[in-house]
Amino acid sequence: MSTLETAADDAIRATRRVRRWGSWYVAEHRFRVMRSYAQTVVVTAIGNPVIYLYAMGVGLATLVDANLGPDAVAGVSYLAFVAPALLASAAITVASEEFTYPIMLGFKWNPVFYGMNAAPIAPGQIINGIVISVTARMLVTCGIYYAFMLVFGAVPSPAGFLAVFAALLTGLGFGAVLMAYTATLTEDTGQLAMVMRFVILPMTLFSGTFFPLSVLPGWLQWIGWISPLWHGTQLSRVFTYGAEEPIWLSALHVLYLAALLGLGWTWARRVAAGRLNK
Amino acid sequence: MTEVDDVRPAPAAARPFGALYAGNARSVMARGWRATRSTNWLVVVSGFFEPIFYLLSMGLGLGALIGTVTTASGQQVPYAAFIAPALLAVAAMNGAIYDSTWNVFFKMQFARLYEGMLSTSLGPLDVALGEISLALLRGGLYATGFMVVMQVLGLNLSWWALLALPAVLLIAFGFASVGMAVTSYLKTFQQMDWVNFVMLPMFLFSATFYPLSVYPQPIQYLIQALPLWHGVELVRGLTTGQVDAGLLWHVLYYLAMILVGLVLTTGRLRALFLD
Amino acid sequence: MIVAENLVKKYKEFAAVDGVSFEVAAGESFGLLGPNGAGKSTTMRMVGAVSTRTAGTLSILGMDPDRRGPEIRSRLGVVPQADNLDTELRVRENLLVYGRYFGLPRAQVARRADELLEFAQLTEKAKSKVDALSGGMKRRLTIARALINDPSILLLDEPTTGVDPQARHILWDRLFRLKEQGTTLLLTTHYMDEAEQLCDRLVVVDKGVIMAEGAPAELIRRYSSREVLEVRFGSDLNAEVAGRIAGMGDRIEVLPDRILIYSENGESELVRIIDAGLRPITSLVRRSSLEDVFLRLTGRTLIE
Repeated sequence: MSTLETAADDAIRATRRVRRWGSWYVAEHRFRVMRSYAQTVVVTAIGNPVIYLYAMGVGLATLVDANLGPDAVAGVSYLAFVAPALLASAAITVASEEFTYPIMLGFKWNPVFYGMNAAPIAPGQIINGIVISVTARMLVTCGIYYAFMLVFGAVPSPAGFLAVFAALLTGLGFGAVLMAYTATLTEDTGQLAMVMRFVILPMTLFSGTFFPLSVLPGWLQWIGWISPLWHGTQLSRVFTYGAEEPIWLSALHVLYLAALLGLGWTWARRVAAGRLNK
Repeated sequence: MTEVDDVRPAPAAARPFGALYAGNARSVMARGWRATRSTNWLVVVSGFFEPIFYLLSMGLGLGALIGTVTTASGQQVPYAAFIAPALLAVAAMNGAIYDSTWNVFFKMQFARLYEGMLSTSLGPLDVALGEISLALLRGGLYATGFMVVMQVLGLNLSWWALLALPAVLLIAFGFASVGMAVTSYLKTFQQMDWVNFVMLPMFLFSATFYPLSVYPQPIQYLIQALPLWHGVELVRGLTTGQVDAGLLWHVLYYLAMILVGLVLTTGRLRALFLD
Repeated sequence: MIVAENLVKKYKEFAAVDGVSFEVAAGESFGLLGPNGAGKSTTMRMVGAVSTRTAGTLSILGMDPDRRGPEIRSRLGVVPQADNLDTELRVRENLLVYGRYFGLPRAQVARRADELLEFAQLTEKAKSKVDALSGGMKRRLTIARALINDPSILLLDEPTTGVDPQARHILWDRLFRLKEQGTTLLLTTHYMDEAEQLCDRLVVVDKGVIMAEGAPAELIRRYSSREVLEVRFGSDLNAEVAGRIAGMGDRIEVLPDRILIYSENGESELVRIIDAGLRPITSLVRRSSLEDVFLRLTGRTLIE
C-alpha cells in the first residue's frame, strides 16, 4: 500500500504544474499549429489593412466626400469614420476563423482534444488555451492594422491606440459565443457556412460599419444594437476620433462585449466538459 | 487514310477529342446534382442571399451618403443602380470560383472522385464540362433571383438588362474554367489561400463600389487587365442601358478565358490521371 | 494499481458496463477480451479518468478518478482505439506538444521524444507529416506518444485493430518489450491471439458483464478441451451431419459454416467420423484457443 501512496503523492505533486499552467500548454500547441499556416496569417495581417483602407478609406471616400464635403460623416472624413470599423471587423474575421474550424477539428475531424484530455489537461483548460492563442493572434493582427491606420492618416485622436483593445474585445466577445456554439456541433451539415452567411456577413454590413446606423431605416437598426461589431466599432470611434456619445453608452459597449465574452467562455467550457466526458 | 481505316470502329479517329471527350458530360452533372440534393439545401439556397445583403447594405446605407454616381460612359445613376450590376458579376465570379476551386480541390485530393470517374469511359473533358455546367446552372439560378430583386427595386434601367443573364453565365464560365485549371495545379490547402489573396483585391478594386476614375492611370490599366473589371463593365452596361459595340471586347475577353481554361484543365486532368 | 468493484456506466437506460469488478497488480499485463460493443472501451475510458462512472467504486494508483482526474491521467499512458494524432503537426512535434501536457520541461521532453522515436522505429520519419505515415507507423507513434510521461500504467484500446498482419507483429514486439520492462498494461482486444500473446491475465466481457477471469491457458483448460477438430461438409449439410455425430468428443458446436468437435485428441475423433462413413470436405485439428472459450461462454463467436 505504501508504494501506492507514494505513487499518488508523486502524481499529485507532478500535476500541480499542469493544474496551474495547462491552459498555456494548450496555447503552445495552437501556436505550433498556427506556424504551419503562418504565411497566410502574415499575408492577411498585412494585406487586408492595406487593401481595405485603400478601397474604402480612399477609393469609396472620394465618392462620399465629393457628395457631402470633406468632414461630412459624423464630423470627420470618411476615411477616419470607416477605419475603426474596419479594424473591429478585422478582429471579427480572425475570430470567425480561429473559433470555428479549429474547434470542429479538435472535437471531430482530427480529435486532438480527446488526446489532450487523456493527458492531465482538463476540458476547461483546452478552451482557455484556445482563447489565449487566438487573443495573441488577434492582438498582432489588430496592432498591424492600427499601424496602417496611422500610415493612412486615419487616426486624428492621440488616444487612438486604445481602439486596438476595443477591437480585441469585440473579436473575443463575438468569438467566445461562436466558439461555444461550434463546440455543440457534433456534425457539420453546413451550420458554419450558414453562420458565415446569415450572421457574420449581415453583421459586417449592417453594424454602422460603412455608414452611420442612423442612415438605415428604423426596421433595420436593431441589427446594430445587438451586434457586437456595432458596439465595438462605436467604442473604437470614441478612441480614434473622439466620436461623441454619452459616457453611459460607451460603458454599455464595454459591458455588452465583456458579458458576451464571459457568457461564451463559460458556455464553451461547459460544453467541452460534457463532450469529453463520454 | 484508306477506306478500311474509315470503317474501323475507332472512336479516337472518328472524333478529334476521342481520348478526351466521350460526349457524356451529362452523367457528371447528374452525379453532381444528386450530391447537391443530398447536402443541406439551406446552404445551397443561402448563396442567393449574399449579394442581396450587399445590395441592401451598400445601396440603402452608402447610397444615402453618396447619392448618384457617374458611370464610365458619363451617365448619372443612383448608387444602388451603380453597384447592383457589379454585385451580380461578383456573385457570378465567387460562385464559379468556389465551385471550381474548393469543391474541385476536395474532390480531386480527398474524395478521389475524378480518379474514379476517369477509370470509366469518361474523358477529362467530360469531367471538366460536367462540373462547370453544374456550377453554371447553380449560378444561373442565383443570378435570376438577384435580377428579380433588382427589378423590384427599380435598379434595371433598360430592357437590355435581360441580356445580363447570359452575360453572367459567360462570366461564370470564364472564372470556372480558369479556376479549375488553377486548382488542378495546386497540392495543398495552404496554396488555396493564394486564390483568396487574388480574389479579395480584385473584388474591391474592379470598379465594383466606385468608378475606376479615382485611381491613377497606371493602376487603372492594371485593373483593366484583370477579368472581373470586364465582367462588371459588361453587366453594368447592360443593366444601365449604356450599350455599344465596345461591350463586345468584354465578351471576347471571357471567350478567351474559357478557351484557355478548358485547354489547361483538360490537359492537366489527362496528365494527372490518364498518362 | 487498478481496483474496480461493481463498476457501472449507464447511458440513459442502456448499461454499457453493468457491474464489472477486477484488479490489476503492478507489472501485470491485464486484458479485456470481448466482441465489439461489450463495454470494453467504456471501461477503458473510466479507468482513463475521462468518463464518470454511474455507480461502483474505482481506484487507480490509490486515487478516485472522480476527484483526482488530472493526477491519475498524469501517470497514465493512453493509446485510444482511433489514433488522434495531430495531423497539422509533424511526427516529432506530436511528441513534443504531448509531453508538455504533462508539465514536463521542454529539454526533457525533447530528449524523451528522441528516445521514443528510436523505440517506435520512427527516427527517420521525425520530420514527416503524420498523414504520410502508414497505419502501423501511426499506431507506433501513438504508443510512443503515450509513453512520453513514462507512465505507471499503459492503457491500450484495441491496439492492433485495422493494422496489417506484418505491422501487428512489430507492434506486439514493442508491447512485449514494455511488458518485460515492468510497465503495467491494460488492454482491450477482440483478437484472441493478441490476448494470448500479451496478457498475463484477462477477463472475458460480453454485454457489459464479466463472463470469466483467469490466465489465458487456465481459461482454455477450464472452459475448453485440449484440441479442437474443425470439419466442413458444405453449408447445406453441416446441420444434418451434426445429428449423426452427436456424442463424439467432449462437446460439439455447430456453426453455420463448420462443425467444431472438442476433444483431448482431435485426430482420433476424425478417425471416428470417417469410420462412421462421413467424408468432410475439409478437416483441421488445432489447439483450443480463447475463441473457443468465448464460444463456450456466450454461444457466439468473437468476430461476427
